[in-house]
Amino acid sequence: MEHYHMNLTLKVWRQQNNQSKGQLETYQVKDISSEMSFLEMFDVLNEQLILEGKDPIAFDHDCREGICGMCSMYINGQAHGPWQQNTTCQLHMRAFKDGDTIVVEPWRSNAFPVVKDLVVDRSSFDRIIQAGGYISVNTGNAVDANAIPIDKKDADNAFMAAACIGCGACVATCKNGSAMLFVGAKVSQLALLPQGAPERESRVLNMVAQMDKEGFGNCTNTYACEAECPKGISVANIARLNSEYLKAGLSTEEK
Amino acid sequence: MALTGTFLITFLIVHAGINACIFLNDGGATFKTFAHFMSHNWIVRFLEIGLFAGLFLHIIQGLLLWAQNNKARPVRYQYNQPSKNSTWYSRSMGILGTLLLLFLIMHLNHFYVGTKIALYSGDQPHDLYKEMQEIFSNQIWVGLYLAGVVALFWHLYHGFQSAFQTFGLNHKRYTPVIRAAGTGYAVIICSLFALMPLAFYFHWIS
Amino acid sequence: MALDAKIPQGEMDKKWSDYKGHVKLVNPANKRKLEVIVVGTGLAGASAAASLGELGYKVKAFCFQDSPRRAHSIAAQGGINAAKNYQNDGDSVFRLFYDTVKGGDYRAREANVHRLAEVSTAIIDQCVAQGVPFAREYGGLLSNRSFGGTQVQRTFYAAGQTGQQLLLGAYSALERQVALGNVQMFARHEMLDVVKIDGKARGIIARDLVSGKTERHFGHAVLLCSGGYGNVFYLSTNAMGSNVTAAWKAHKKGAFFGNPCFTQIHPTCIPVSGDHQSKLTLMSESLRNDGRIWVPKQKGDNRNPKDIPENERDYYLERRYPAFGNLVPRDVASRAAKERCDEGYGVGTTKMAVYLDYKDAIMRYGKIEAGKQGLTAVDDATVFSLGKAVVEEKYGNLFEMYEKITGENPYETPMRIYPAVHYTMGGLWVDYELQTTVPGLYALGEANFSDHGANRLGASALMQGLADGYFVIPYTLGNYLAEDIRTASISTDHEAFVQTEKEVNDRLQQLMSIQGKQTVESFHKRLGKIMWDKCGMARNAEGLKQAIQEIQALKKEFWSDVRIPGSIDAFNPELDKAGRVADFIELGELMCKDALNRNESCGGHFREESQTEDGEAKRDDEQYSYVAAWESKGESNWELHKEPLNFEIVKPTQRSYK
Repeated sequence: MEHYHMNLTLKVWRQQNNQSKGQLETYQVKDISSEMSFLEMFDVLNEQLILEGKDPIAFDHDCREGICGMCSMYINGQAHGPWQQNTTCQLHMRAFKDGDTIVVEPWRSNAFPVVKDLVVDRSSFDRIIQAGGYISVNTGNAVDANAIPIDKKDADNAFMAAACIGCGACVATCKNGSAMLFVGAKVSQLALLPQGAPERESRVLNMVAQMDKEGFGNCTNTYACEAECPKGISVANIARLNSEYLKAGLSTEEK
Repeated sequence: MALTGTFLITFLIVHAGINACIFLNDGGATFKTFAHFMSHNWIVRFLEIGLFAGLFLHIIQGLLLWAQNNKARPVRYQYNQPSKNSTWYSRSMGILGTLLLLFLIMHLNHFYVGTKIALYSGDQPHDLYKEMQEIFSNQIWVGLYLAGVVALFWHLYHGFQSAFQTFGLNHKRYTPVIRAAGTGYAVIICSLFALMPLAFYFHWIS
Repeated sequence: MALDAKIPQGEMDKKWSDYKGHVKLVNPANKRKLEVIVVGTGLAGASAAASLGELGYKVKAFCFQDSPRRAHSIAAQGGINAAKNYQNDGDSVFRLFYDTVKGGDYRAREANVHRLAEVSTAIIDQCVAQGVPFAREYGGLLSNRSFGGTQVQRTFYAAGQTGQQLLLGAYSALERQVALGNVQMFARHEMLDVVKIDGKARGIIARDLVSGKTERHFGHAVLLCSGGYGNVFYLSTNAMGSNVTAAWKAHKKGAFFGNPCFTQIHPTCIPVSGDHQSKLTLMSESLRNDGRIWVPKQKGDNRNPKDIPENERDYYLERRYPAFGNLVPRDVASRAAKERCDEGYGVGTTKMAVYLDYKDAIMRYGKIEAGKQGLTAVDDATVFSLGKAVVEEKYGNLFEMYEKITGENPYETPMRIYPAVHYTMGGLWVDYELQTTVPGLYALGEANFSDHGANRLGASALMQGLADGYFVIPYTLGNYLAEDIRTASISTDHEAFVQTEKEVNDRLQQLMSIQGKQTVESFHKRLGKIMWDKCGMARNAEGLKQAIQEIQALKKEFWSDVRIPGSIDAFNPELDKAGRVADFIELGELMCKDALNRNESCGGHFREESQTEDGEAKRDDEQYSYVAAWESKGESNWELHKEPLNFEIVKPTQRSYK
């Protein structure tokens, strides 16, 4: 792999806090190695800003290996940037070339208010899980792990849905700011497993109710979420959410 | 949206089917028979109310959806590249729908209002076939009808398979079949509709 | 102060059940009045908070991330061990216990390890009941794999994302308790000190990282589940935010620090590419099952690896350890790679890497596949493509990750790997009940020192985190709190809270007021370099003494020249980081001190002075069969306490992989 260095123009969204109005600001970075990760390039910029006596850019990040779901940048008009099935922290600078201009914005959603700069508050996702994204089993209540065999196909599908990292790229990228892929993934995972059966109805109804309450938009099946999901979570999970919701809505005795 | 949309999809089959009778080239005889049946049978008249209700609901739902979805993102992206992850027509259902509504107003004005006035005023039954001949001899109308059909095509092309997804049907084996059916449906329905003004304009049928 | 590990009397395999049978209980009405603080929401913290919430305690849980689901347990790839013996291959609680003690190079406490092995089976049951989608066989039963060279298949896994699935299970249990009102969650909060009243831990001072305000929180007991301290090396496989601060504050408040120098260096990580590097990425240990590790026989050989013929390659692990070959334990594999690179045989631009080659495995699988399909007289290209498909099925996600980071195709070109800091076996000293030397202050998971001795086996970290949280602390905490039922909640206006909060704020003020010229990051990098060079994979007395001096100097420089932008009472990640780096600097000194004290080689700790003639680690059981528990005595001053290790069951032998 050939390595090269580049100079870049960055246009980054700066916003002091949730109350203030933000705007894009322009920065120059020089001599960036193609081997750097995108966030390492931001580290370089921030070091530069600190030494210039300026406020560094706040951004969320933690594991930097694509699994914690904390990083969340809208890069050049795409959630997590130009690579497919990839998180911002795994995006590397060889995706860009010398002289490029890169626009970086936070996730934009009513349900993800900006905390500062590129940092947003995704606690709405936690509240959706609180509404029913679990199986009610107290510690110590479990039967032997092999007591209930599970069709490998269902187990595999449940796993693929459970791979969701809760980053919010689906919401950020959806033109409607819908959280259906996130909710669909969790509802699917638990609906596919026999352990999830007892709470199947109430789970989907409560999680969808919470999702609506948080102010997420509606799904219009553009499938942009699937295309931008770093874990490639399938929209089949949204269909499963829909059918679970329909079935539960028709059969529930709750008003 | 999916429920009302599916209802409208079934209506279009009937609509296109009956209209296709003009291609029998019998001077509109078969077509006229059907048209007469459709405007006089009381069951059809009753269904007609349902159709308008369905259409109205579809529009209202669309508007509500649009309003809610707009609210979900109060601050827009400064720079966005949605074409990287989704098709333009799947993102444009609202605009396509609005175009269709405008088209529909024109279309009803041409072929529906006159029929109804004739029906209730007790005059001679309205000759739809003749009216089509007249309107489709004007190239502006033909152009507008073709534009309407194009909008309809993309609306259906996305809407058909989208409805199944909303009903919760997404299956490794059946989804490709549904997609193919949706494409076939959109192509056939829209070609039929597009051929009607063209056929009259170019006198392919006499 | 004499250390009392409170190990129950009796036979090894009866200790835990006896303990549970006689432990004091708290009745449900009293549980409602008792408040517990849990710091950290990884496997240990989330499982503890959820389980205690279920029991009826009033729990407050804290994490510095934006959601409890982000804790770094999520990044664990390989799997979780449990003595289920589902494969009928001779596994048992005893075997898991034995392997863990031996794998830890006889520096772990037998009673704790035995308990860990005992509860391991219940963990799998619990996780499956929660909906954790473990890998399954076609018959619908759970699948197992062998991991880290063990002779039985006891590792449960969910593709390469086991940690993620287990954490999300614990997270969902936690969120359920939040919804039920039993647990109050404080995300984006960092614990900055422990509050002690009458010698007991009675709460914490936490800082709301968004508003910057400090807060006082009372608890009848405080549980630290704050993970390991590998980031003291700056570069490690830990998350960027992983830090020692919570544990370190506890240490300064009287909790002893156990075996701080025991660090695990993982042999298969993607090497450093340059000065910009901010973290290292692990490639699962499972890659060593099929890959072959080599370097060129000739120093400074710059040829493309594909052009280096077979007889000019040195498969050094196979050469040195014919019995185990590429599957030697982590510490041995890591040191061997370092030895080759130090000698000048390293590869890649930095020359600090070795090759992990899949060509032979691909061809081997390809031939098997060709045989299965009844193909005869196939050319190499076909065999290669058949084999590639097999390898892709087994390791595809890892190869993809490698390609994303390096831009190289590992099917075509051998991967470059190098060891990296991965896990810290050391941590806060705890007794059998997981209580530190401060009454009411507990440490769970990687934050404590207890179960892995001097080297942790693969797939055992997840097991320990969940064992502590789900199945140990719910019993042992009750034993302490049963005595506390008459203690009413103490007001946070209590003098101790006021005083501790003031100390915390003074320190924050002091950090902000320095306004020097160097960034926090630059200090962290320098600390990391000292630690890696002198307290890394190989250590010697002279280097460690130098390191201590260098760290002390660095500390002075930090406190006089660090530059932190922004303000205290606002979202300020640089300030958060500064506090963590300041603690890492102090910890680094203690680690060097501990490494200097332990003049033997054991597990991940290799003292150059203590090796056999052919360069293998040499343990010294006569002198060092103890846990080194360090008591903080003020600035750069510690007192060593020794907890002798008695091996009743697993008699120490020198490990050999020849």
